[in-house]
Amino acid sequence: MDHLSQVELPVVKPTAPPIDAPGPLNGIRVVELAHEFTAFAGRLLADGGADVILVEPPEGAAQRNHGPFAEDQPGPERSLSWWAENRSKRSVVADLATAEGRELVASLIASADVVLESKEAGWLADLGLDHDQTSATNPDLIHVAITPFGRDGVGGTHNHTDLTILARGGPMWSNGYDDHELAPMRGRGNQAIRTACHFAVMSTLTALLARSRHGGQFVDVSMVAANNVTTEFASYGWLSAQETVQRQTGRHATPRPSEPTQVLCGDGRYLNTGVPPRTGKEFTALLQWLKDLGLDEEFELTALLEMGTEYETISLAMLAEDPLAGEVFGAGRDALAYIAANVSAHEVFVGLQQRGIAAGVIWSPDEMMTDPHFQERGFPVEVYHEELGRSVLYPGAPIRFTGSPMRAPVAAPRLGQHTDQIRDELASR
Amino acid sequence: MKSEALSHIRICDFTGQLAGAGATRWLAAFGAEVIRIEDPIRHGRWDILRGSPPFKDERRGIEFGSGFQNHNVEKLGITLNLRTERGHELLEELVTISDVVSENFAAGVLDRMGLGWDRLVELRPDIIYVSNCGFGQTGPYGTFKSWGPIAQAVSGVTHQSGLPGEPPAGWGFSHLDHTGGYYMAIAILMALVHKERTGEGQWVDMSCTEAGASLHGADLLDWSVNGRSMRDAGRPDSNRSTSPEMAPHGVYRCRGEDNWVAIAVRDDREWGELKAEMGGYADSAGLNDSRFDSLAGRMAAVDELDAKVTDWTRERNRFEVASGLEARGVPASPVLRPAERIDGDVATSRWGLWPMVEHAAMGGVRVDGQPVHLSKTDWSIDEASPTLGQHNDYVYGKLLGLSEDEIADLKAQRVI
Repeated sequence: MDHLSQVELPVVKPTAPPIDAPGPLNGIRVVELAHEFTAFAGRLLADGGADVILVEPPEGAAQRNHGPFAEDQPGPERSLSWWAENRSKRSVVADLATAEGRELVASLIASADVVLESKEAGWLADLGLDHDQTSATNPDLIHVAITPFGRDGVGGTHNHTDLTILARGGPMWSNGYDDHELAPMRGRGNQAIRTACHFAVMSTLTALLARSRHGGQFVDVSMVAANNVTTEFASYGWLSAQETVQRQTGRHATPRPSEPTQVLCGDGRYLNTGVPPRTGKEFTALLQWLKDLGLDEEFELTALLEMGTEYETISLAMLAEDPLAGEVFGAGRDALAYIAANVSAHEVFVGLQQRGIAAGVIWSPDEMMTDPHFQERGFPVEVYHEELGRSVLYPGAPIRFTGSPMRAPVAAPRLGQHTDQIRDELASR
Repeated sequence: MKSEALSHIRICDFTGQLAGAGATRWLAAFGAEVIRIEDPIRHGRWDILRGSPPFKDERRGIEFGSGFQNHNVEKLGITLNLRTERGHELLEELVTISDVVSENFAAGVLDRMGLGWDRLVELRPDIIYVSNCGFGQTGPYGTFKSWGPIAQAVSGVTHQSGLPGEPPAGWGFSHLDHTGGYYMAIAILMALVHKERTGEGQWVDMSCTEAGASLHGADLLDWSVNGRSMRDAGRPDSNRSTSPEMAPHGVYRCRGEDNWVAIAVRDDREWGELKAEMGGYADSAGLNDSRFDSLAGRMAAVDELDAKVTDWTRERNRFEVASGLEARGVPASPVLRPAERIDGDVATSRWGLWPMVEHAAMGGVRVDGQPVHLSKTDWSIDEASPTLGQHNDYVYGKLLGLSEDEIADLKAQRVI
């Protein structure tokens, strides 16, 4: 990787976080009624150092049955979905069908700063646990509900999934292929749920900052609305210009077709080329690179690239008016694809970026985790799992707090792992 | 009424585009005083969205970019020429009265402008400084250029959307500009919570690519625990669901031009309901075969099921398919076009999701609202994005205490 050493590093760097930092939310208690729609919001708060307590029914949260499973052996303590979204939390079992279970949850909520849940309207009220009831004893409580259409359910029922929310909420219309015989796509990873959880976390923190002046409050998060405002110009193109975007392969959906931006590289991986070279400086760098690789003589448009070095910038206006500028611009794009076909996607990515041209290698998630840049930053972190008797890699913190670093993750809790501990804590309050 | 949730917070804001401006957009909607700093010499064009399409009408220029207008509602805008000594002094005065400095330049840019962390903390010991860039402030790619599609590519997000044997479909918009903005907002808010409780400020380094890599969930652990790569044959096949397993689960063609319906069958009961909704077709298509009674059986026959569901939906109206299934408790939704979800869905209109603002140059235009409601301190979006230098008099006069003559002088000298 010695080509990486040529990159100039910034002068001042944030300092590395200590290992066992308490996190910026240290001391904040969150009671989460375990649900797949709230799990990631709870995880982000737990990463921030909050004490997130999962309330699970005696049979365990439904998400514990979600595959894939560790070593492909199903079981409530082996769900990788559970592990990923519930790390750094504690688990208490409470049977809400019993008075004792309700009492336990009521006293937990009385001790909490935040409640996180995804129940249908009326469900909590029947148990005496809705916000207008619990806030009587805990007026500073922030109660956050994450549901498909918000608490009032205007527009639909609670029966929705990541897929159907992406369809209803808008992102799906923009994702897919040039060929419209192929269906619009969802991206994997339950992104509709994550988007709603990001808004839930922002709301929770905002309500915490308002609390000393306004007390606690109820926060209503609509998953469909959250996805509606996470579509970039699909929404504001319609709002301002009544334009409808159309999906295209691997690039922005636009009202009128645009040029492809993905090129296949020598190793079978793809590269996102960003904006093709437009400045003389970029043409000079590209030409030199072709020469360095010994490809300049076999590439048929080298002469046009040489002309490109004479331009300051090829503007959009020039492309429309000057046929030669168009040819030069096209040659730049072709040269990039030509280089790409001859080397690996990672080499093209680093090579272009080092020459000041934006581009991105299309990694799979696992490839990102083994990329030297993210390893040097310490992004992949090891989490020990008793079930496996070994540590495995998790994604670390994308936010580095130099003063109050986020907590190093620990494994998701086993069912009821902290029931006794939490009962003791409540008894000693 | 203006939200009071964050009305005690002032942000000295260098952010632009969506990945940065999206973060302070949230804070401004909750009442924070966000002061956006723009360059008078280049007319604020370091944020290319200022003059970029889409446009509301035939007018063009830095006051007419709809993206900029959407992302900067409720913010104040000032001009400040940082190439001048006086401009630099004014900036430092602004920092001393701000709680947060936010930027999404490439790594090291603010430092080279003489306003790195060391200087910021001298000016105000409890300052919160949040920098957001594609690859973070450290590491071999620290100076690499990035925007949404590039962060999406490198983080694995692009790869995770697509059909086997086809190139990545990716996301047809800058999902990681939106999401990077959400993480930046979370970074600022968490740092503010910490400061409220300890009095301490800090520097926060946020990477959009690492934010993207936080979104893979079980798929990433399937590699680190089970050694399975998402590049293995047959993956990602992202309209299918393996976490949790569901079948049928997909996006199916309906009657008309480019019309589709999404259907997700979570369990055996819902499978029965789907067949009931299909009526006689279920039996004639062989869907009552006991092979399909269990989830494992349906997962094993997912191609066959998708083909048969498509045969049923193909000549049907997508809204009718979805409403029929939803009435039976089966998750389903038409794939909505922008016009349909913005102007034709009570789920957004009744929420108040598209507030209208009056922009000084563009006139009335609707923007994205917020998908949450807070019972006491809800968001408010009443003010449009600032025109270039719109709030110079307020910020330099009222906040920094300059006289009208001094401000006029600064304008004449092109400092502001």
